[in-house]
Amino acid sequence: MPFIPHTEDDTRAMLATCGVDSIEDLFDEIPPELRADALDGIPAGRDELAVSRLLHARAAENAQPLCFSGAGAYEHHIPAAVWEITTRGEYYSAYTPYQAEASQGTLQLLYEFQTMMAELTAMEVANASLYDGATALAEAVLMAVRANRKSKARRIFMPRTVHPRYRDVMQTIVRHQGITLELLDYNSAGGHIDPASLPAEPGDITALVIPQPNFFGVLEDADALTDWAHTHGALVIGVVNPTAMAVITPPGEWGVLDENRGADIVCGEGQPLGIPLASGGPYFGFMCCKQKIVRQMPGRIIGATVDLEGKRGYVLTLQAREQHIRRSKATSNICTNQGLMTTAATIYMTVMGPTGLERVARQCHANTRALVQRLGETDGVETLFDRPGFHERVLRLPRPAGEVLAELAERSILGGVDLAADYPELGHALLVCATETRSEADIDAYAKALAEVLG
Amino acid sequence: MSNEPLIFEHSRPGRVNRAQSAHLGGNLDGIPESLRRKQPPRLPEVSELDAVRHYTRLSQKNFSIDTHFYPLGSCTMKYNPRACNTLASLPGFLGQHPLSAERDSQGILACLWDLQEMLKEVTGMTAVSLTPMAGAQGEFAGVAMIRAYHDARGDNARTEILVPDAAHGTNPATATMCGYKVREIPTDTHGDIDIEALMAAVGPQTAGIMLTNPSTLGVFERRIHEIARIVHEAGGLLYYDGANLNAILGKVKPGDMDFDVIHMNLHKTFSTPHGGGGPGAGPVGVSERLQPFMPIPVVGRDDSGAFRWLDERDLPQTIGRLSAHMGNTGILLRAYIYALMLGREGMVRIADYATLNANYLMARLRDAGFDMALPERRATHEFILTLKHQAREPGVTAMDFAKRLLDYGFHAPTTYFPLIIPECLLIEPTETESKQTLDAFVEAMAAIQAEAEKDIETLKGAPYSLPVRRLDDVKAARKLDLRWQAEA
Repeated sequence: MPFIPHTEDDTRAMLATCGVDSIEDLFDEIPPELRADALDGIPAGRDELAVSRLLHARAAENAQPLCFSGAGAYEHHIPAAVWEITTRGEYYSAYTPYQAEASQGTLQLLYEFQTMMAELTAMEVANASLYDGATALAEAVLMAVRANRKSKARRIFMPRTVHPRYRDVMQTIVRHQGITLELLDYNSAGGHIDPASLPAEPGDITALVIPQPNFFGVLEDADALTDWAHTHGALVIGVVNPTAMAVITPPGEWGVLDENRGADIVCGEGQPLGIPLASGGPYFGFMCCKQKIVRQMPGRIIGATVDLEGKRGYVLTLQAREQHIRRSKATSNICTNQGLMTTAATIYMTVMGPTGLERVARQCHANTRALVQRLGETDGVETLFDRPGFHERVLRLPRPAGEVLAELAERSILGGVDLAADYPELGHALLVCATETRSEADIDAYAKALAEVLG
Repeated sequence: MSNEPLIFEHSRPGRVNRAQSAHLGGNLDGIPESLRRKQPPRLPEVSELDAVRHYTRLSQKNFSIDTHFYPLGSCTMKYNPRACNTLASLPGFLGQHPLSAERDSQGILACLWDLQEMLKEVTGMTAVSLTPMAGAQGEFAGVAMIRAYHDARGDNARTEILVPDAAHGTNPATATMCGYKVREIPTDTHGDIDIEALMAAVGPQTAGIMLTNPSTLGVFERRIHEIARIVHEAGGLLYYDGANLNAILGKVKPGDMDFDVIHMNLHKTFSTPHGGGGPGAGPVGVSERLQPFMPIPVVGRDDSGAFRWLDERDLPQTIGRLSAHMGNTGILLRAYIYALMLGREGMVRIADYATLNANYLMARLRDAGFDMALPERRATHEFILTLKHQAREPGVTAMDFAKRLLDYGFHAPTTYFPLIIPECLLIEPTETESKQTLDAFVEAMAAIQAEAEKDIETLKGAPYSLPVRRLDDVKAARKLDLRWQAEA
């Protein structure tokens, strides 16, 4: 019996202890009319060898073209040590660390993770993760509504330069809480939110969301936007790419006004930190904030403390915010987070170090510039937006991007993300990206294939 | 066990792990100085060996299924077969970009389609959406669908969700997130829902009820049909919290109990890893009337038989997306691999042996002198032991027992849940533990009881053999220390 260790003797002895004749007798409290028929729609069990054969065949049916797509999920090199250690049974098969004394490994690691995320974003504190970048942003919006006590409007300014799927998820999650998401349009020349376009008298705003870099890969004028928001009593929610943080001004330092400097809440997608693409998950969301609003932060938070003998140790803290204590008054219904993913991310950041992470960021940036330059040599291909960017860019093609991508796919190239559905006003727009994993030869192959397709 | 310093304390300025980045770099042309970072983040500067040694040592401070028995009620901590991890980690799966073309993703789509079909069959629901990333998100999706259903009918007066007082904390928290008020329904002395109270509570304001069956008290809700009738007649819908699905897998289908929507915790019933607190996966199953509202994406097939994503164009009334992509695909894949190995017979055997193990352990503990919260009831896959007598005399609590069990090499059972049973341990052995392990657990419990009778201080000071002694939670919450700080 797969994964059931009982011998016939064991089962007999156990039934005798229970005082019944058969296992079936143990189900006698279930009304008979509820008992299910056989599960005919489910195949018969298979052994590991047979299942392995099937899964290898299925994996082979997934084509693996050369990837130039990003849009929130980036192919980075992951050092072998990361998953070798992460999949140790002591991490992989451990429970949520409620029993702190039996979970010091996970708890210390998460305390280190919180420190690393706070360092990367230059924020004061971080939580131990949320599900993914999109849900982290939704939770950040809910947190802002709780934390901004002066604002009564529950009104969020949401740039159209935020990832369209993140905006979809936010709608799903916050729509029942009387929160208004007001879309801000972007500057068509820069691809960014022009601070000068923001209203002088916006009224009561709860928070402004600032993506950095934004969905187009464009760098927002985060200083001016932050100062504008704070001047009008709004909190600032930064949505950032963690790789970019190695080289771009981190949200904790946004703004030039001394008072209230920096974003108030920062969140984002953690996938670039050692998590494989894996068809979209599992990834992890991260969240950081200013210390003064930490009690409004959702999700698990680890704190250092001491034991009976005064020795340093770690526990889940601020549990009074959480659903298992506060029930209907909790800050969120979140129960699990993405523990194993943060384990990998912590080891990734450690193995790379500040120098390694910066080199990765620089290489991504250089590769994307090289890619954009090469693709731009093809007739009819132009680069959109004149603002500075990081590691991702929008191109405009002479033909619908969907058609071009299909033809590139036949040449084993995943050529980017078609923006027609989300940004029809941009014409035949394509979002491209080249991380450190793309070589000069790869970029060359894409340029040649594109020239063929458009030729 | 010796103290392991923080990774930051291993750090030395200028130490670089060159194997990972020696040939990487490039200039930041195009990014003006004003947008560039001035000071690098203070991440650790260590060698690869330092990193591997540190995180290996930390791992050794954890309990885990691979090293310890976890009789953790309502959490279903069963063995996580290694094949599930190995096969889900094939490069063909891990390397797939989420925005890959459907024609390049037929392998993963086929796996997800098969899993949807299997979960439909085993739950008796009409359709399944795999996208919720955890049980709590599945719950959210379920209640949001209930709300969307009422809204679509213009039935806007329904403002309340009913929740039993023994329910998981996520239930009321979820109802609140969906804009509902929560009304608690009491439990009767036999552990069933108080039907009189339910009848008094339902009305035109009732949007639905959230139930776990078997309940969190570890017993089967025998009058489920009556409950369903009462709630449905009032115009409400029934939500099934699948936390305890392990107890009835293949024995009873939630669809046959007249539930309208259910979520499943694949990290419980389908043995995907808990990973020290996630990632999970919480697919939802729906009855026909909720099908139009399912969260997207869902895997469908076109006329040629090819798999494709269904989105808002296919399900215009969907409650929407819950993640940027498909949710925790890699976890779904592990559940699928597990389900393939079990097959139809294996699924039913899970319920059989999970139930046998729970009833055996309950009988042995009762024989050893412990009190059960509901002694007249059969255990399902779990049961509740109450230490209320021990708490009075000699004065040891459920917490003391839990901490002392750690010294005996057992993870503690769930303590102080459900909230309505005093000094309780909620115990769930799962089907993957052997009789020998269960017997050893009984011996440990008996030994701790004997210690308690002799000298309660032994228990009060536990644990003794772990990396740390009992930790000060109060201090942690009062004097927040949430990160390492460099010496000034």
